[in-house]
Amino acid sequence: MTPNYYDPPAPLIEIKDLRFGYSERMILDGINLVIPKGQVTAIMGASGGGKTTILRLIGGQYKAQSGSVLFDGQDIGQLQTPELMALRRRMGMLFQFGALFTDLSVFDNVAFPLREITHLSESMVRDVVLMKLDAVGLRGAKDLMPSEISGGMARRVALARAIALDPELIMYDEPFAGLDPISLGTAARLIRRLNDAIGLTSIIVSHDLDETFHIADQVIVLANGGVVAQGTPEEVKRSADPLVHQFVTAAPDGPVRFQYPAPSFAEDLGLPANPLTTSEQQLHSALEASGAAPSSHSPNAQGGRA
Amino acid sequence: MIGFFKQVGQTTRLMLVALGLSYRLFVQMVRLFRPTMKRFRLVSEQMHFLGNYSLAIISVSGLFVGFVLGLQGYYTLQKYGSESALGLLVALSLVRELGPVVCALLFAGRAGTSLTAEIGLMKAGEQLSAMEMMGIDPVARILAPRFWAGVFTMPILAAVFSAMGIIGGWIVGVLMIGIDAGSFWGQMQGGVDVFKDVLNGVIKSFIFGVTVTFIALYQGFEAQPTPEGVSRSTTSTVVVASLFVLGLDFMLTAFMFSL
Repeated sequence: MTPNYYDPPAPLIEIKDLRFGYSERMILDGINLVIPKGQVTAIMGASGGGKTTILRLIGGQYKAQSGSVLFDGQDIGQLQTPELMALRRRMGMLFQFGALFTDLSVFDNVAFPLREITHLSESMVRDVVLMKLDAVGLRGAKDLMPSEISGGMARRVALARAIALDPELIMYDEPFAGLDPISLGTAARLIRRLNDAIGLTSIIVSHDLDETFHIADQVIVLANGGVVAQGTPEEVKRSADPLVHQFVTAAPDGPVRFQYPAPSFAEDLGLPANPLTTSEQQLHSALEASGAAPSSHSPNAQGGRA
Repeated sequence: MIGFFKQVGQTTRLMLVALGLSYRLFVQMVRLFRPTMKRFRLVSEQMHFLGNYSLAIISVSGLFVGFVLGLQGYYTLQKYGSESALGLLVALSLVRELGPVVCALLFAGRAGTSLTAEIGLMKAGEQLSAMEMMGIDPVARILAPRFWAGVFTMPILAAVFSAMGIIGGWIVGVLMIGIDAGSFWGQMQGGVDVFKDVLNGVIKSFIFGVTVTFIALYQGFEAQPTPEGVSRSTTSTVVVASLFVLGLDFMLTAFMFSL
């Protein structure tokens, strides 16, 4: 990917023994991570695996049960509200659907953090907003309302808003979800370009293998509350771990089952117990033979995501 | 049996949580009074939104309540031959009671629901989260200006309601039934006390403004961020605010009578 100018890069975020969850289920169970400065780090994993939760913990919106999240050496969980608010101004977050303020125009959305937090004059605000909008290619859309622009554009506006205060860290929550191929390519290039041009540190939470592997310096795969793989995209692709293998090849069945745990199909259908046909294995193989159930031999298995 | 106790315990716990959360939010907004007033433009925008757009429903309702008061009041008063006191009856009913109460109920339906839905949808669209992540407190930026705008708007709307009601009573009593205009206005002027009647009415409408606006904002802020959750919160705003207004009205009236 991009050359490392400093080797090894200093960590911007360190996560140590982080545990977070609800009484019955731990979502993150003893996570250790380092996010190096100046790089694009991708956090991947199955849905509901705690990827977005990590972003919320870094932003201080959730409090961990134990462990610590250090941002530039400061423990986010220990900060008082005013300090946390000040620290948040050093990070930007891009929400999944942009989270634009629907009653403000594109221009006012980007100007919002500048007007609220800084004491810049209106003419300065105008210059900064136009620069940021230009960086995402939407200077011409400045007078439109969020309801008048597409989902991909909304996310680019949100990106301009997230970088309005020139943060050190920017977190992307599913930046590629639901985008058409052109917007998707644009978004990916933009993330990489911003990271390198402004010297940002980026964290991407995403499912999209191709785009994410293409732009990330470091990939972290989460599963079952822990980190199962960490390294460059090439290293993760070569990982021997069956879970990681299933993830990077997008196989429908593997350690992560296609079927949600359920009683035997025959029982659910109310069929009488028959030792010849009710065993789950036999039923499954019978369905497989008839082509009704997906299997690891199906042509979809190796297809991945286009 | 155990299930019943479990249910009671759980409900009590949830109520205590709601009580704690709402108290904390309330104290926060009261403490934000001065910072909010420093950015009065945010408050005046909301006053325009909550007040101006409620004017139509408040005025028309006030007028019709006045019509009905005129008719019913005349029917009762003429039995005692004292229909000249109709002006006093209409004015006292409106200023002391109906103005603040009916106006608060209408305000809950018109402005309260829009506040709840707005805040709830902002929450569902992660706009409040986004604001928090910028290091901006959504309570200070979004909730407090709306709260104080509602508190300031309510007494003004109640006054408009009462004024329209009195005009309604005049139209029915004087123009249509033919009561003497001089005694209609004269008795009203002589019988309505500025402090005992008008001021108490204003105090009531101020307290209702605090109650209705706060309930609406709290319901939106604590709404489940789903379409179903926002719709449920909007309904709760009307139900809870109406019950609070009627209950508080009884307590305030009893308290004011004893003075």
